[in-house]
Amino acid sequence: MLLTLTNTQPPATDLGFLLHKHPDRAQRYSLSFGAAHVFYPEAGEARCTACLLVDVDPVELVRGKSRAGGGLLDQYVNDRPYAASSFLSVAIGQVFSTALTGRCAARPELAAQPLPLTAHLPVTPARGDEDLVPALFEPLGYEVEIARLPLDKRFLDWGDSPYVSLTLSATITVKDLLSHLYVLLPVLDNAKHYWVGQDELEKLLRHGADWLAHHPDKGRITRRYLRHKWSLAREALARLEIVEDDSSETAPDEADSAGDAVAAPDLTSITAEEVAVEAPLSLNEARIQTVMAELAAAGVETVVDLGCGDGKLLSRLIKERRFTRLVGLDVSARALEIAADRLRLDRLPPRLRERIQLWHGGLTYRDARIEGFDAATVIEVIEHLDENRLATFERVLFQCARPRLVIVTTPNVEYNVNYEFLPAGRLRHPDHRFEWTRAEFASWGQRVAAAFGYAVRFVPVGEVDATVGAPTQMAVFVRSEGSPSAPPPQPSPTRGEGGGA
Amino acid sequence: MKITLPELSLVVLVGASGCGKSTFARRHFRSTEVISSDYCRGMVADDENDQSATPDAFDILHYIAGKRLKGGRLAVVDATNVRPEDRKPLVQLAREYHCLPVAIVFDLPERVCRDRNASRPDRDFGPHVIRNQIGSLHRSQRGLEREGFRYVHRLYSVEEVDAVRIERQPLWNNKKTDAGPFDIIGDVHGCFDELRRLLDQLGYQLDTGGETWRVAHPQGRKLVFVGDLVDRGPQTPDVLRLAMAAVNSGNGYCVVGNHDLKLVKALRGRQVKISHGLAESLEQLGRESETFRAEALKFLDGLVSHYVFDGGRLVVAHAGLREEMHGRGSGQVREFALYGETTGETDEYGLPVRYNWAADYRGRAVVAYGHTPTPRAEWFNNTICLDTGCVFGGALTALRYPERELVTTPALKTYYEPLRPLEPAPTGALSMQQQMDEMLDLADFSGKHILHPRLGHAVTVRPENAAAALEVMTRFAAHPKWLVYLPPTMSPAETSELEGFLEHPREALDYYRQAGIESVVCQEKHMGSRAVVVIARDEAAARTRFGVANEGRGIVYTRTGRRFFNDASLERQLLERLAEALSTAGFWAEFDSDWFVLDCELMPWSLKARELLTRQYAAVGAASRAMLREAHDLIAAAAGRGVEVGTLHDEYAERQRDAQRFTDAYRRYCWSVASIEDVRLAPFHLLASEGKVHADQTHAWHMEQLHRLAAAGSPVVLATECRVVDLADAAACRSLEDWWLGLTQEGGEGIVIKPLAFIPEHRNIQPAVKCRGREYLRIIYGPEYTDGRHLARLRKRSLGGKRALALREFALGLEALERFVAREPLRRVHECVFGVLALESEPVDPRL
Repeated sequence: MLLTLTNTQPPATDLGFLLHKHPDRAQRYSLSFGAAHVFYPEAGEARCTACLLVDVDPVELVRGKSRAGGGLLDQYVNDRPYAASSFLSVAIGQVFSTALTGRCAARPELAAQPLPLTAHLPVTPARGDEDLVPALFEPLGYEVEIARLPLDKRFLDWGDSPYVSLTLSATITVKDLLSHLYVLLPVLDNAKHYWVGQDELEKLLRHGADWLAHHPDKGRITRRYLRHKWSLAREALARLEIVEDDSSETAPDEADSAGDAVAAPDLTSITAEEVAVEAPLSLNEARIQTVMAELAAAGVETVVDLGCGDGKLLSRLIKERRFTRLVGLDVSARALEIAADRLRLDRLPPRLRERIQLWHGGLTYRDARIEGFDAATVIEVIEHLDENRLATFERVLFQCARPRLVIVTTPNVEYNVNYEFLPAGRLRHPDHRFEWTRAEFASWGQRVAAAFGYAVRFVPVGEVDATVGAPTQMAVFVRSEGSPSAPPPQPSPTRGEGGGA
Repeated sequence: MKITLPELSLVVLVGASGCGKSTFARRHFRSTEVISSDYCRGMVADDENDQSATPDAFDILHYIAGKRLKGGRLAVVDATNVRPEDRKPLVQLAREYHCLPVAIVFDLPERVCRDRNASRPDRDFGPHVIRNQIGSLHRSQRGLEREGFRYVHRLYSVEEVDAVRIERQPLWNNKKTDAGPFDIIGDVHGCFDELRRLLDQLGYQLDTGGETWRVAHPQGRKLVFVGDLVDRGPQTPDVLRLAMAAVNSGNGYCVVGNHDLKLVKALRGRQVKISHGLAESLEQLGRESETFRAEALKFLDGLVSHYVFDGGRLVVAHAGLREEMHGRGSGQVREFALYGETTGETDEYGLPVRYNWAADYRGRAVVAYGHTPTPRAEWFNNTICLDTGCVFGGALTALRYPERELVTTPALKTYYEPLRPLEPAPTGALSMQQQMDEMLDLADFSGKHILHPRLGHAVTVRPENAAAALEVMTRFAAHPKWLVYLPPTMSPAETSELEGFLEHPREALDYYRQAGIESVVCQEKHMGSRAVVVIARDEAAARTRFGVANEGRGIVYTRTGRRFFNDASLERQLLERLAEALSTAGFWAEFDSDWFVLDCELMPWSLKARELLTRQYAAVGAASRAMLREAHDLIAAAAGRGVEVGTLHDEYAERQRDAQRFTDAYRRYCWSVASIEDVRLAPFHLLASEGKVHADQTHAWHMEQLHRLAAAGSPVVLATECRVVDLADAAACRSLEDWWLGLTQEGGEGIVIKPLAFIPEHRNIQPAVKCRGREYLRIIYGPEYTDGRHLARLRKRSLGGKRALALREFALGLEALERFVAREPLRRVHECVFGVLALESEPVDPRL
């Protein structure tokens, strides 16, 4: 990866003093992950440019003992040797350590003097959010020049690359410029190549001490720098005296980001549009409350939550004593681990513990374990199944398990027009195989109810829009009186005469 | 004195302490067959005489005895067992496992017991103990038969005990040593004309000339009747004559049916309701001689409830039999074999509603049965009901075993009106098996499983891998009915030490030469995405054979069982093109098949991998080119100023070239797809068609067939270049290396080298290895992997894990196909496919 710093204040070669690197020499520095070179492609009176060139050993990235593991670092085909990232911050910290502290033994007055400086990074990650780069640098006084790199000019339909060529110009001290880059490059990349812990917080506070508290985007900077570790981020903000340490503030659970503990380029990071879709957190809450009210009204005691995910519903149900037996079933072993954490399963008192279980299982296989429950909840799950696999799930649930009450929720696609960040025709989540209109959902529900001996009614969940309805739609299936509670016999050859016993 | 024991029985020794039970047991039974309460007491309490440990000791005793009986092994209980309450749980245990409880009673004089105990220092209990035990024994021993013991043997003296010889007798139903071949005949119900025609069709010679008839098959085949020979039909006596001829001559077997049993009762003069066609039998037999009636009665009365043939691989019972009852001999077994299982409800005709036991059947033995008239005999969970209602105007059906072929002859007329009409299944309806297969049971796949493919070693699927497979199957896979195969992973050739190369054909050729292979097939490896194509002649054929509804005529799926195309119309068009090619090449007729399964590579790579390309490959290309170009320019500028930059300039020049080579490498496999005409399908295995898995053909054969397919005109179907190389021919090997070099320099991915035989002679030989080109490997090992410093480290890679996986997945993939072709239940196919997917979740170096 590559960074150039240019000074245009004559005598421009003063840059050499400030960086403690002689303009007429090329120097090499060993780093844990490769090497850094510093040299000056130009060193004139009017203009002097220092170049920091960092070699990242691509084999060591994958094979090295120190590798962080996970994500893209498992890949040899990797942008890490080329794109500005936390590797470059580390290189800045080591190669320009003196300059970063603002000291200049030979010319102390020079170090404190703002100069017309330009920093250039030919390949800087800027995934998705075009506005992030100016939002980070402009408040710090930079003139920002961005040129998006094409992905492959042979295949224009592939769109742009996730990189920009970035040029920052300001009249600023070398120390401030380097501090800004040190903190903001990994923020742009939204990744770290090493474990993020308490010392990372200290680094942020040290290098951001002078400016971060006044930055309008300090919240985002802090979170991304600290890899979305909420507790660290909050401590950081508290120590910057930006926010009160108020634990009542809604915080995503630590468990949500547990999987990101090891830093990796965040390819699956939540995009702006998803954030926007999920923004009214109250929708999730509305869903849970509506479902709980239905369960309470029906007087059920045992519930199996099919596709329980990370256990949001279960964690609420467990607080109600009316539920004597709760089971969460999910196909993702990872989700179940998170659910176990959220529910603090290993710390529950025995009486509570025996009421709840988490099972691994798939919804397109018959599962004898889920038979015999009063109720099944299927919350925001069916849209993750291919439509042509739904028929099997219907039989697994309505024909074999046959609980007395079934609650199914799914997005109402008509409501999507209200999500301004969601392009027309795009579904709310990349894994959604379909999203139904109210009519489609009603027709599905009625067909299922008729086929399996249930009565069904439909309930809107969330704020109801007069034209397009509520964001979530819910179907409540109640097993009809007189309809058998046990599964009907399997296919049988008894299509002819009884043979006569 | 001889004591005859059924080979599978629970032998309960009954007698006071010191009567010699343990000595007796040691003399007549294997030590592993004897479970002694003293021993169990010792196990739980370190003291064989610690009476406080008795309840726990008996828990263990019962547990062990139960496990032995469950496994079909005789068990001997060595405890005093003098009180009815001691024996009751043992009788129950025997019942639970459908074994016969047998009591051997040691009713010896008290003195004998006392003397023996006196000589043993560990038995220091008072004389009253033995007196009490003998008292209990005497009070209760008359009731032993009533308690449920099928046989009771009583021994009254030491001499008698010493004189005992034990003989073990096989159960009547045990015909495991008879492997047939058999022709198993469904319910005849007096339909002699149809029976005669059917035997004719089956090739039997029937001689009805003399007083006793003769029936025999020139190839020594044997008849097996599933019972219900009698009632309703016009010629019950002749049917009996024929069956007797077969059975008495050793050319046949017959199990008892409920009608046969009822006739026996009627002939014996017992009070039975004359209904369901019994009147016809009685009337017809009334016209026969007294001698014949006596013979028929003796024959029918001697019929066994079920037979186990062919090493346990075939079971015949009238109404079917659950697996745990196979080869067992309890009253319950007989009851089940005669009447099957009912739900306790009755239907609108007043007939008992049958519970279809076969729906739960998971056994490996074929169960052939009758009893329930069905429109046609169909395989269902490895069972088959052969009663096709001949007497009701249906047909008489035979199953040829082991061929598993059905032979039928239609009824000449309706002899008896059925209570409930015999409705033929609507056309296009799914078979019972297909209906059942609509929904698989998680219990059959989750957790640890050990699979036994015909090829190769047993494969253990670990629970964590099964969990991973479940996630993929549930979230992404196509309907399991389509997934009759998943392709195995393939290992590269051993790492090459040749300058600048990581892989080279020389190592692959060496590998097979050293494995003793004489010639190999070398195929161009297309760089696209692996695709399995299942294609049927039309949608109806797909429904009939695969049991899928509204899913079109076929499917293209990925190596993880996911539908290849998001765009359904593109898939449909591709299948149409392929079907046309199959028609033009005459494959449908030539292979006499309505469907084919093909292993293919589908191009372009960018069709499936676009996300990966844009996110990773093209992104790295863009980043590397931009950064290295600028770096190189800056270094040049510094050098131009006279700064000593050393080798940096040359290094970055080469790195910049590598970045361009990397970009060129991935670009070759990308083109935009505007229509189906831009897609290329290169099939390389013609895996299976009706009745056949073509793994018995050489790879040269496969290539030849597929070249014919490609030549059939559609540009969408692509031929794969290939060569057969004799490994002993040095010149041919060199020429192959040159071919590879040429292919890969022009951007080809590389080649695949396989032994000529599809299934290598030895199960530890890799079915295929790949040799990837130097340029192609940039998209695996990174743009700059050819740099000497990198290459040296990359050469350290281990193929062992990958190769072990490849062997196991290869065996499982073919096993899945074989089971599908043999029309086994989907569960049995799916467990193999699921196994491949589970193995794929094992951590191996993804670069291999």
